[in-house]
Amino acid sequence: MNSALWYVFLASLWRRRLATALSLLAIALGVALGLSVQLINAAALDELGRGMRLLAGEADLQIAGAQRGFSDAVYLRVAQRPEVAQASPVLEVRARLPDREDETLRVFGIDLFRAGQVTPLLLPEVETPVGADAEADPLTVLEPDAVFLSPAASRSLGLAAGETLGVLSGVRVEPLRVAGSVPAAGAEQALAVMDIAAAQQRFDRLGQITRIDLRLAPGVGRQLAAERLRAILPPGVAVMTPADAESEALGLSRAYRINLTMLAAIALLTGGFLVFSSQLLSVVRRRQELAFLRALGLDRATLWRGLVAEGAALGLVGGVFGVVLAYLLTALAFAVVGGDLGAGFFRGVSPSLRFEPLLTLVYLVLGVFAGVAGAWLPAREAVRMVPARALRSGDESEAYRAPPRWTLAFASPILAGVLALLPPIGGMPVFGYLAVLLVLIGAVLLLPGATPWVMARLQDSGSTLLRLARARLSAAPGQAVVAGVGVVASAALAVSMAIMVYSFRGSVDDWLTQLLPADLYLRASSSSASGYLDPAVVARVAELPGVARVRPVRFESIRLGPERFEMTLIARPVRSSTGLPLVAGTLRPPTGAGTPPPAWISEALADRLRLAVGESISLPLAGRLHSFRVVGVWRDYARQRGAVVIEIEDYRSLSGDRRTNDLGLFLASGTEPESVMAAIRDSVAGGVVQMRLPSELRAMILEIFDRTFLVTYLMEAVAVLIGLFGVSTTFAALATSRRKEFGILRHLGLRRRQIGALLAIEAALTTAVGVVLGLAGGGAIALILVEVINPQSFHWSMDMRLPVAVLVAFSLSLILLAALTARLAGHQAMSQDAVLAVREDW
Amino acid sequence: MLSIENLTKRFAASPEPPLFEKVSLALVPGESVAIMGDSGVGKSTLLNCIAGLEPVDGGRIALRGVELTGLDEDALAGLRRRELGFVFQACHILPHLNLAQNVALPLWLLGVAKGPADERARAMLEQVGLASRADDWPRHLSGGETQRVAIARALIHEPGVVLCDEPTGNLDPERAAGVLELLLGRIREAGAIGILVTHSRAAAGHADRILRLTHGGLIAAS
Repeated sequence: MNSALWYVFLASLWRRRLATALSLLAIALGVALGLSVQLINAAALDELGRGMRLLAGEADLQIAGAQRGFSDAVYLRVAQRPEVAQASPVLEVRARLPDREDETLRVFGIDLFRAGQVTPLLLPEVETPVGADAEADPLTVLEPDAVFLSPAASRSLGLAAGETLGVLSGVRVEPLRVAGSVPAAGAEQALAVMDIAAAQQRFDRLGQITRIDLRLAPGVGRQLAAERLRAILPPGVAVMTPADAESEALGLSRAYRINLTMLAAIALLTGGFLVFSSQLLSVVRRRQELAFLRALGLDRATLWRGLVAEGAALGLVGGVFGVVLAYLLTALAFAVVGGDLGAGFFRGVSPSLRFEPLLTLVYLVLGVFAGVAGAWLPAREAVRMVPARALRSGDESEAYRAPPRWTLAFASPILAGVLALLPPIGGMPVFGYLAVLLVLIGAVLLLPGATPWVMARLQDSGSTLLRLARARLSAAPGQAVVAGVGVVASAALAVSMAIMVYSFRGSVDDWLTQLLPADLYLRASSSSASGYLDPAVVARVAELPGVARVRPVRFESIRLGPERFEMTLIARPVRSSTGLPLVAGTLRPPTGAGTPPPAWISEALADRLRLAVGESISLPLAGRLHSFRVVGVWRDYARQRGAVVIEIEDYRSLSGDRRTNDLGLFLASGTEPESVMAAIRDSVAGGVVQMRLPSELRAMILEIFDRTFLVTYLMEAVAVLIGLFGVSTTFAALATSRRKEFGILRHLGLRRRQIGALLAIEAALTTAVGVVLGLAGGGAIALILVEVINPQSFHWSMDMRLPVAVLVAFSLSLILLAALTARLAGHQAMSQDAVLAVREDW
Repeated sequence: MLSIENLTKRFAASPEPPLFEKVSLALVPGESVAIMGDSGVGKSTLLNCIAGLEPVDGGRIALRGVELTGLDEDALAGLRRRELGFVFQACHILPHLNLAQNVALPLWLLGVAKGPADERARAMLEQVGLASRADDWPRHLSGGETQRVAIARALIHEPGVVLCDEPTGNLDPERAAGVLELLLGRIREAGAIGILVTHSRAAAGHADRILRLTHGGLIAAS
């Protein structure tokens, strides 16, 4: 196309500046949300990965156990293998810091003579304390209380060489002396290093290690070495490459990241719908102009290219704005919340903003794609018009005569239903997302048929304005399509998310009720950290006045299945206590001699291991595999990797471990929890243990839940905002293009206010139809989210609930806002100008 | 040379008699003809048929020896770009282009670069007395000025035929006469063929010949 001819098309964007600006804004917001989510996650992942690479150092392979670790005898066996050139044992402990609520520090106990060969970046450096007379002895590194902090840890804890760091071991505070630093640890990696023997002693982990980093002998392949080593490892211990370990850690957040990306994509899709509305209106308004260009000899292909180029230009410029906005949003997010968007996967990770050329390009292209997709159908409509007819004035109504598309409209959700039944691909609900898209398309396609259908069934109230509005929408349903498409899309998204989040929250609430039956909870640290309650402490608490009985819970991580992935073992009383939130099986299975002990597995574990009630599961305990029978499947929203519950008595007898992480206290009737809390504070563990009432725990967990969905709410709000933009631009454009019609109505005696009311009624009716379809579509999407996407992504189920009051309030607000927006947007059409416009026909 | 022989046009799938039939007309370069007729007889449709914007149901149209009736959509668009100019009652001036750009539009469609096209458009605007307004926007023009822009645009690419559909329908008689003199004068000077559809006897009087379109064909006006 002649470059001058591009100008004919692109200049029209400038002519309708408001619509162009809103389309740009919609695309920019969609791109910005999507890209910033990606940038934040990419930076956080990168930081996490960098941390893991630092810890893996130059290792070819890693032998990894679960958090509790495995016997260091394994190290001796492995180190002597001919495949192994260097082996470096590591004990990793998440040490709880007693004076900081729930905060932990990763402490690596390393063999200082071995680590230099494999993970040199972890080597500590002795520093002389400020003000000390003599220079520090290099052998300080081997002292049992010496700990070395990375620069980030030193900064965040505010500790320098010579100062004391207190860490919790059980309910005992262990004072460690900061003897220097780990200078090679990255600026953002908060960690501590100490001698492995000292770490084992300080944290009561004698004879245990959690990892062995290996360098292989020259000429030995990783695959072969891994196979041979696997054969000599005890159950529950895995051999993996550092890349495997990294992908295992990063894979945990994959579903969450993809879900956020999909949400952002829907915001961009809504932006595309807005471009569609704006372009369709523009094509209708320029019908004569385009027909004239055709008469002058503009061929159809060039016309189509020109109109699609308008959409592409909108997408490109919107995309550029979006990219800039995304980087600003990301910088803001890093400054305010760090790398975690609420779900906790990247808590404590402090990534820094970096330019990501490929991601940026992808989102720029997506912006252009949204613009092109939005302009596609209007361009096709323009190319199909008959120039000779379109040259005549008044032909605009032709363009609004959108035929119903019942077949496609009903086929889409049916196909969506079929797709929703298909299994995930690579653990991702690809067909679920496609089903969501199809439902959305179906809801939008219902608009042209549904609008006249609804209008024909509206009672004639005798109001002239209502009659005029009904007549207009019945005769020109295309107008409803143009105005309503954004409403349907954004309402469907908002409604689906509202239903899903409400269902989820309700299910979490029920789940908490079942999981928190005690009157008071006690713990030394989070389940993965170094605090625990020993039997003596538990016994002391159980004997306190007012305590009727206690329910101990032990959390342990184990590696399971052929891939030996890490999951949680929960040992607690089940049959003698209040239950688990079961979705299958029983809490009280029949017992008998020779029957394997019972196990209750979480939904995630059932999915991952494809296990069902009645089958058996082998759990590695104390270095040996023990067979259990699956007697129930329970709902667990806390552990996405999977969890298995066994009776604490079975656990204790098989593992010999008598430690407790959480203690639930059932109080005698009439006992105030506060008095028991005071007694515990006075007599047990010197105030180190954490105590929570179930109501506090519930509030804390629901707060975390709400924080997790904060980003979701934000995206929802943006999508609804974009939908309202759609209503506003459409009615502004419609009002302008109907100036003559309004002029005639003014001549016939309608007052300016009544024209405004007419526009508001049309907008309210259009939006009402859109909202009803949005509610139906949103309900269907929520069903897909609840029944397909959530179980396939996160392996958890929930009970569907309808937030009726919220949905009613939302629908009415949207209709009211749309009416108001249309009234404001049509202000120009109600001016004196409209009366004069009639004269153009005289 | 424009030659129309036995042209017939019906409404699609209509059992009614054709809109018009046996329309024949031959015009040589530099000649202009005014076509009059009752409302609904198909005057504008005849112009659309000549422009290849509406299909015909019988007969043939040939322009400079090229048979229009056998051409496909793209070939017809190409022919319109090169050989036809249009002046309508509603001038269809694009509101987002200034006057020079509006006039240059047919040249842009022919692939002429923006610079030379702009130069020729300004020269053309000079010929219609609007040289000083070349950079103005259409919204600042009066009805007569708008029609002069449309005339400049219709002639800038030196078309073989200029089709004019009620070009002065919006103007008072005095202004209409001025515009028609300018329009037909320029058509003659350019050696083009002018076909003018009008209701106005006075307007038709500016053409070399006056014909009346009936359902049965073109007849000389009395």
